[in-house]
Amino acid sequence: MSDYLINPNVLNDDVEADTIRGGFGRGLKAAGEANNQIVALCADLTESVQVNIFREAYPERFIQTGIAEQNLVAVASGLALAGKIPFAASYAAFNPGRNWEQIKTTVCINDQPVKIVGGHAGIGVGPDGATHQMLEDIAIMRVLPNMVVVVPGDAIEAEKATRAIAENGKPSYIRLARVKTPIISTLESPFEIGKAYVLREGHDVSLMGTGVMTYQLLVAAKLLSDIGINAEVVHVPTIKPLDNDTILASARRTGRVVTAEEAQIAGGFGGAVAELLSEKMPTPLMRIGICDRYGESGEPAQLFEFFGLTGEHIAKKVSDFVNNVPQYHREY
Amino acid sequence: MGGQLNLVQLQHKANDLRQDVIRMLEAAGSGHTAGSLGMADILTALYFHILNIEPKNPTWSDRDIFLLSNGHTVPIQYAAMAEAGYFEKDELMTLRKLGSRLQGHPERTMLPGLENTSGPLGSGLSQACGVAYSFQYLDNQKHRFVYTIMGDGELDEGNVWEAAMFAGKYKLSQLICFIDRNNIQIDGSTEDVMPLEDLHAKWESFGWYVIDIDGNKIQTIIDTVNTSKAITNRPVMIIAHTVPGKGVDFMEYDCKWHGVSPNKEQAEKALQQLQAKGSKIDSGDIE
Repeated sequence: MSDYLINPNVLNDDVEADTIRGGFGRGLKAAGEANNQIVALCADLTESVQVNIFREAYPERFIQTGIAEQNLVAVASGLALAGKIPFAASYAAFNPGRNWEQIKTTVCINDQPVKIVGGHAGIGVGPDGATHQMLEDIAIMRVLPNMVVVVPGDAIEAEKATRAIAENGKPSYIRLARVKTPIISTLESPFEIGKAYVLREGHDVSLMGTGVMTYQLLVAAKLLSDIGINAEVVHVPTIKPLDNDTILASARRTGRVVTAEEAQIAGGFGGAVAELLSEKMPTPLMRIGICDRYGESGEPAQLFEFFGLTGEHIAKKVSDFVNNVPQYHREY
Repeated sequence: MGGQLNLVQLQHKANDLRQDVIRMLEAAGSGHTAGSLGMADILTALYFHILNIEPKNPTWSDRDIFLLSNGHTVPIQYAAMAEAGYFEKDELMTLRKLGSRLQGHPERTMLPGLENTSGPLGSGLSQACGVAYSFQYLDNQKHRFVYTIMGDGELDEGNVWEAAMFAGKYKLSQLICFIDRNNIQIDGSTEDVMPLEDLHAKWESFGWYVIDIDGNKIQTIIDTVNTSKAITNRPVMIIAHTVPGKGVDFMEYDCKWHGVSPNKEQAEKALQQLQAKGSKIDSGDIE
């Protein structure tokens, strides 16, 4: 049985919502309170990425780098060499979008515990358009040896994830969304780096989501149950290291897998699950996300509709998938 | 450590390290010769006079930090580190070989005493800034200094100038940087590939204290670093004019030696020249 404590209000119209970046901001402040080696750097987007909460509490531990993302992470690498735990924050489009090589060399090969904070990731940035809607960050971060990749599903989890990566001693990437996101978890819900959580049990199909998409999967699962499809929902807030055991166990139970992410499916979360399943337990798979194109301007809710990432759209796709693809059950 | 060596002894060290580099690169069959030879005097001054380090205790908490930004010149750093006692000199001959701790470009996690992974150009100054910021503003470690060396071709990288602004803004006075100004890069002379001059004025305009020196004169290097330590309101840039391939006549000033290693015959000839120079050091009869 799933013993994950889900927000009991999650499927109601009046579900609480908060920004994932806000959760990060509070988590960073709390981490800074617990450990005075934590420092924060930002490239001229301090309030947007909510580093202002930390800056106001610990101004002496905040470093402004200006609009210079390569310098941002390389200075962070130097601070780590001097014993600090630096959080280097900007928009994901530039960090890690622009400074990937510095992250690879000065953080990952160097194995320094720098925390890369990618704000305003995904199409949820909205009207700013394709240049600012970072969709490739999961792919380019998870391919780096030594890197931990965390994509929290709501503000509460973002706070926990921030505190967890603050103390994990490793290069880490945390992906943050801009807009308010429904709260799926509770203060008591577990979060551990490298763990996936079954939020809802089912036997027809496994819906695996990361970041803001897990909420949409819960909505989809409810809609699917109304038409007789019993979907399991697995929340995967850590993409690297991937919780192979939980994912494979769920796939074994249901025989069909759907992944959902607000990012390119190629190389992203869907790519990670596809790699795992195809090597360990080939299972019919449908990946939902952005499919080899860039985003465009629009309000976030409009864009989620346009790209088919709402619970309603997903329920329809999953229904077709379930009706057309047989469950695969291994005999061994 | 090592502060007791006199100038003649330091000159011998530099000459010995150049010979080590020739042997290492010949054994490796690839590597960057010109910059490694040109920087031998700076590395000698650093490891045997300037740096406050304990080679037998490489993570000593009060040590100075040296970051090599132009990582392709790491053979001369390895040679200096072995001579200083970080590891046995025999290991130098494993350079660039499978399983060696002496990677083609330096990797911090492979070899105790290396502070940094580098090779891709342009980031070392930023990293040095991070360390210097920590010493100056976060940990109040005013007695510790951060040294870094960049190549001159490296200055083509935009990241360098992001760091230049950062260090200027925060007046990182415990940061002492060298530019190995040897005027060559892979595709030719720096002024042909991408002109750097007026280099002195550029760094000054970013808020740095800038000194031009002969980077092949050990006494000058030491004196200049002493001056630099006394500059307490700005980062210091030492533009060290060096001769690429210094000490081996057929390598000097020739950009084709930037990224190649000597073969057996060339190595023997180079070693003969360096040994001949070594025998002149005691008489003071060197250039």
